[in-house]
Amino acid sequence: MMTEPAIDRSAAAIDVQDLHKYFGDNEVLKGIDFHVDQGQVVCVVGPSGSGKSTLLRCVNRLEEPTSGRIVVEGVEITDPDVDVDKVRSRIGMVFQQFNLFPHLTVLRNLTIAQQRVRRRSKDEAVEVARTNLAKVGLADREDAYPAHLSGGQQQRVAIARALSMSPDMMLFDEPTSALDPELVGDVLDVMRDLASEGMTMMVVTHEMGFAREVGHKLVFMDGGVIVEEGDPRKVLADPQHERTQAFLSKVL
Amino acid sequence: MALSPRKRARISRGIQYAVLAVLVVAILLAVDFGELKRAFWNTEVIAEMFPDVLTVALKNTIIYTACGFSFGLVLGLVLALMRLSSVGPYRWVATGFIELFRGLPALVVFIALTFGIPLAFPGRLVPGGTLGVVTLALGLVGGAYMAETIRAGIQAVPKGQMEAARSLGMSHTRAMVSIVIPQAFRIILPPLTNELILLTKDSSLIYVVGLAAGAQELTKFGRETMNSTNNMTGLVVVGLLYLVITVPLAIVVRRMEARAERAR
Ligand SMILES: Nc1ncnc2c1ncn2[C@@H]1O[C@H](COP(=O)(O)OP(=O)(O)OP(=O)(O)O)[C@@H](O)[C@H]1O
Ligand SMILES: [Mg+2]
Repeated sequence: MMTEPAIDRSAAAIDVQDLHKYFGDNEVLKGIDFHVDQGQVVCVVGPSGSGKSTLLRCVNRLEEPTSGRIVVEGVEITDPDVDVDKVRSRIGMVFQQFNLFPHLTVLRNLTIAQQRVRRRSKDEAVEVARTNLAKVGLADREDAYPAHLSGGQQQRVAIARALSMSPDMMLFDEPTSALDPELVGDVLDVMRDLASEGMTMMVVTHEMGFAREVGHKLVFMDGGVIVEEGDPRKVLADPQHERTQAFLSKVL
Repeated sequence: MALSPRKRARISRGIQYAVLAVLVVAILLAVDFGELKRAFWNTEVIAEMFPDVLTVALKNTIIYTACGFSFGLVLGLVLALMRLSSVGPYRWVATGFIELFRGLPALVVFIALTFGIPLAFPGRLVPGGTLGVVTLALGLVGGAYMAETIRAGIQAVPKGQMEAARSLGMSHTRAMVSIVIPQAFRIILPPLTNELILLTKDSSLIYVVGLAAGAQELTKFGRETMNSTNNMTGLVVVGLLYLVITVPLAIVVRRMEARAERAR
């Protein structure tokens, strides 16, 4: 029998130590150290190809780290013996491309993992799903198929789907980058609400306004390393590092 | 006088229809209908064929095909998953199996199962008698074909689907069963129907085992009728009955596709 590692909610939500990741010979993460405290909103920014998505995906082991340690709420998830499905069920993830299940209705998208993974009864799963759909403002669309929703609605369903697993934290990989500009606001509103409820969040984004307003910490990555991190307002207003300055002058 | 393009198109289409109509009429006039009817549509022979052609032959064709297709589908799914496995030997075995049974004519498989098995394992037959042989033979041939179709279908499901399912804590198997495979089957519904229609016709190859009267399917039944009546009517009737199976099938599948399309 596998011993269950104890979840420690007083420990850091995410603690990454000396993380390296290679794709073949290509070193994409070159020794990342960083942590996210409970209830913190950490925004990760940086140029394309700097390794932001790879870092995020290592945190729920959608990518296998090559070396280093990742500890989530006191559980070392890089331990080969850890039950990775269990780890993932506590970490919600939202993708740039939504990745809703197109063959299932909105409601079923939200209940299937609750029932199959969380082992909730159907009634309970439906209740949780409806609560979360209401939270993202889509209570009236539970019978729709994803294809019949706008991009912004799909992304809000995707957030509700992740929330329905009652995760301890949420990872967002450029959640608004695939959306038409007029739909971005609705999704950011939902994320802002989540943050104000105290959800721990790690957000890869190009929305500097969101980072400044909601983020507790901003991490700037370039070339597989963290170049600079700190209070978003400070970093955005007065970047210390030359590469940060160059990047921000382009996006701001 | 200059004609507008639309008028010109209408006139040219009118000419095409007229030529077609003349051709059809000419053929119909040239045909000796009395002779045709005697040879291919003899009502006495037809009357004699019923009801056995339905209660025995049509029923057996449907049962043979359904059993062979079901077994083939399961086998094809297993082979497809083996082909996609990260375990080398699974991939090799599946590839060898698929290439073997895709390449062999179905008739050869029927003969091998009927006559080869008793030689290879003295005193043993394929279990289940006639039905066992059809199921196994059609399943092996159909499964080998469907394996490649199913594999392509699974690979056509975007990678993000598996990732989203895994990120919710589903195991690889659970994600395959609940998320990836259902979507794959929607994608490959048309080629699978094709395979089912091919198997419907291939089920006639079971004649090689030498069928008892109660085990005859459509083709065998038609040939027996033809031999005993010295008339082609038997084949025409069973030919139409094949269409009675395959055409509604095609319609049902088209409906299913349309429904899946709406959910897309
Ligand atoms: N599965 C993979 N196989 C090989 N190389 C990969 C893979 N995924 C990412 N990479 C490479 O790793 C590097 C970092 O990619 P990553 O997606 O983490 O960057 P990013 O910062 O998220 O960029 P973007 O802003 O464009 O999303 C890139 O050079 C990319 O080509
Ligand atoms: Mg990325």
